[in-house]
Amino acid sequence: MDPFESIKATFFQECDELLTDMESGLLAMEAGDDDSETINAVFRAVHSVKGGAGAFGLDELIRFAHIFETVLDEMRSDRLHLTDEVAKVLLRASDVLADHVAAARSGGSVDEGRTLGMIADLQGLIDQERAAELGLDGDGSDDGADEDFGFVPIVLSLDEPAADAPEVDVAALMAAATAPAGAPPQATTAAPAWLVTFRPKAEMYAKANETGLVLRELARLGDVEVVVDTAAVPPLDQLSAEQAYLSWTIRLRGEATESDVREVFEFVEDDCELIICRDGEPEAASAETPTVDDPESDAPASAVEAAAAAPLDLEALLARVQGEPAPEAAPPPAAMPQPVPEPAQAAPKADPANMDVAGLIALAEQASLDHVQAAAPPAKTEPKPDPKADARAERTAAAAGATAATPTIRVDLDRVDRLINAVGELVIQQAMLSQRVFESGLARSSDVALGLEDLELLTREIQDSVMAIRAQPVKSVFQRMPRLVREVADMVGKKVRLVMDGENTEVDKTVIERLSDPITHMLRNAIDHGLETPEEREAGGKAIEGTVRLAALHRGGRIVIEVQDDGRGINRPRVRGIAVAKGLIAEDAVLSDDEIDNLIFLPGFSTADVVSDISGRGVGMDVVKRSIQALGGRISITSEPSKGSKFSMSLPLTLAVLDGMVVSAAEQTLVAPLSNIVESLTPRAEDVHLVGGRDAVIRIRDTFVPLIDVGMALGFRDEPLPPASGVAVLVESEGGGKAALLVEAIQGQRQVVIKSLEANYQHIHGVAAATILGDGRVALILDVDALVTTSRRKAPRIEKRMAV
Amino acid sequence: MTDTMTDTVTPGVAQRRELIAFRIGDQEFCVDIMSVREIRGWAPATPLPRTPSFVKGVINLRGAVLPIIDLGARLGLTTSEPTARHVIMVVHIGERTIGLLVDAVSDIINMSDDLVQPTPDVASDQVKTFVKGLFALEGRMVSLIALDRVLPETEAEAA
Repeated sequence: MDPFESIKATFFQECDELLTDMESGLLAMEAGDDDSETINAVFRAVHSVKGGAGAFGLDELIRFAHIFETVLDEMRSDRLHLTDEVAKVLLRASDVLADHVAAARSGGSVDEGRTLGMIADLQGLIDQERAAELGLDGDGSDDGADEDFGFVPIVLSLDEPAADAPEVDVAALMAAATAPAGAPPQATTAAPAWLVTFRPKAEMYAKANETGLVLRELARLGDVEVVVDTAAVPPLDQLSAEQAYLSWTIRLRGEATESDVREVFEFVEDDCELIICRDGEPEAASAETPTVDDPESDAPASAVEAAAAAPLDLEALLARVQGEPAPEAAPPPAAMPQPVPEPAQAAPKADPANMDVAGLIALAEQASLDHVQAAAPPAKTEPKPDPKADARAERTAAAAGATAATPTIRVDLDRVDRLINAVGELVIQQAMLSQRVFESGLARSSDVALGLEDLELLTREIQDSVMAIRAQPVKSVFQRMPRLVREVADMVGKKVRLVMDGENTEVDKTVIERLSDPITHMLRNAIDHGLETPEEREAGGKAIEGTVRLAALHRGGRIVIEVQDDGRGINRPRVRGIAVAKGLIAEDAVLSDDEIDNLIFLPGFSTADVVSDISGRGVGMDVVKRSIQALGGRISITSEPSKGSKFSMSLPLTLAVLDGMVVSAAEQTLVAPLSNIVESLTPRAEDVHLVGGRDAVIRIRDTFVPLIDVGMALGFRDEPLPPASGVAVLVESEGGGKAALLVEAIQGQRQVVIKSLEANYQHIHGVAAATILGDGRVALILDVDALVTTSRRKAPRIEKRMAV
Repeated sequence: MTDTMTDTVTPGVAQRRELIAFRIGDQEFCVDIMSVREIRGWAPATPLPRTPSFVKGVINLRGAVLPIIDLGARLGLTTSEPTARHVIMVVHIGERTIGLLVDAVSDIINMSDDLVQPTPDVASDQVKTFVKGLFALEGRMVSLIALDRVLPETEAEAA
């Protein structure tokens, strides 16, 4: 791939992560978290997106991100306070930002109207005066964005995780190289100016460097006024052709940072006297520090800004350093942050990744001592001057910040899969080997046996670690949902609050990828059909804002996703009426409430009077059900009129490890998921009764629960096991239903690797999956829910018809 | 009969292929060697509930759960309880890997496609479903098995 393209791809990948961080931060803010660290995190994310975008010249994106960032900065500096309203605007702004990123990635364009509307909303958060000050009013916003161009490209490298691959550095270099050229020279009178005194030594000319070239390079950074000082030129008879006599004073206006200026002199620095300082214009001097993005913000804001990428400690440090000089300080203090990189440079190669906070403190302290000499920088000890002094500082800060976040790598999924398969086989082989060794009569204390034990521990550990690699929290899917909810709610004119639970529930990556569609569908359905309009809610005495709850949890070795609304619930007479009208059920069919609710999963069923954009084409629930079934999952609905409905879908955790109870029934070894099991007991004959002479129930303390003979339920045996000769395992199903499973014996508890039956065969009712036991044989994992449900619903007529 | 047949029995395209011949009872069958992954001895299988009688259950093949189909029963031939002398042919069918229980593997045959004759009409429906064609080999009749039919249809209520 074109290296530039691959850098760009990396940028977009990081954008995804940043946007995710941003959204989770915003959601926390919406929930009332106004911790400065949260706001900073959001700011950093937006800032980094903007920075990266600068390197690739994504103007639209930069412009929007800039405004967004400015508003966030107002929050960081406590000029704007977090309210519900603010949080909502920011959340919508984050959606627009995501759109911009997506558009930049695909090369498409963004809905201009929406962007402008969003910009107006963002501006609305800041009062007019302040907005004008920040350059956010009207066309001023453009200037604000433009002014940033000179800085942002560098930022890309800074916010890269320190452990990054070399190509990132390439990105930084490219960015740095293109930045000065790309930044249009600005001649605004308010622009800050640098005063550069440049006195070449003879050595410089001896190395074939030329002042003219240097000056030309400098002129690219902005408007220059060059004054040559010829005072040192001796009379002609004393003039030596190999001596240098001229010196120049250059006044540079524009957006260049000190490091930009220094960069120009990079190759001649050792061979000249170079003084770079702020021009003495007071307003310019106090307004600018090299790391500041927005040159027009005032000094306190700059202090915070300078620490943009830094964690709190660092921020405090910088603030302290900044605080030392007098507030109205003129040139030297204004260049204050510059000393920081100086010692950093002296430090052994200043590897940012290894830089700890303690080191930073030391640097900062040294810096505050050094800053007196800042006006005349000390002679360089390294031949290669630091091209990006402020960059280095910020990078170091970013690295320090990165130690808080866990570093990650991206690995091809195939590799992980291969590893997981191999480890799965290793575990089984190891167990088989152990068993063989013991069968061969070796003493348990023998060296071989002890070695095997160690091997077993090690194998378990490897297995756990490998499983953890692929398991991912459902967060990645859940995080996309708030946006969906906002959009759908806007579209149908309802007020919705999304509550999410169990985002950290882990499930295999393959399952995660396929969760998104059903969840999307169920959420849309809940908002569109489930929730009432605000007026109806008010009339019904409910809060105007409807609540939709999205939850994930592990249950019975499966992952359960619940979507619950507090809306009107299922209108059963209407559902029934429609089903009859559409010929889906017979007119005189006797259906339980449960069965009526489940009619909505029938193909071609839709209760919406009006077919809306969002849902209501009558494909919804049917499609959801089928896609979930294809994953080996189930979906069910419980509903209560005017209280709301709850959809729960349960999906297998492929590849997950399951804690199971190994039992035997009808000479078969079976595994019951431990999470389903409540207790086990030995049934007494007098506790077992037959209801209607047929269905056995068992009395456990004071409740009767169905007694399911597992051997018979699975068809392994025709004759029922006499209850007294077996063991009853009390289980609880997903729906909360309880039942007692009658088995012959309990063998023990074990962690088993789930093996799909569907991979090579097909789903079998009553069996969740298979596993391989220590003896190498396959054991089936019971699907407790299916067993319980089957026993409860002896005539699954509806079910049959629905399964098409 | 089907697409799969046409590409193996197209006259004139005398493609040579290797087949594995095996016995069930006194009959001889074969499958394309390319679909056979390995051949192993019979090991007791874990029975699966609610499955047709020709599904013997599942075994562990190095960590994978492998369903075992009693091919004799599947073809409607009489079958006996498997013993250690029986053989499992591990074959690929599409994305899936399954084990076929047969009496014994007898031969590897190298033959060309144009020797395959379509299954005559006399055959019962069940045989016709699974037998793609016949050919003669040293006076014996060998039936070519259509592997893609061997697995039971995915049942609707399986979900």
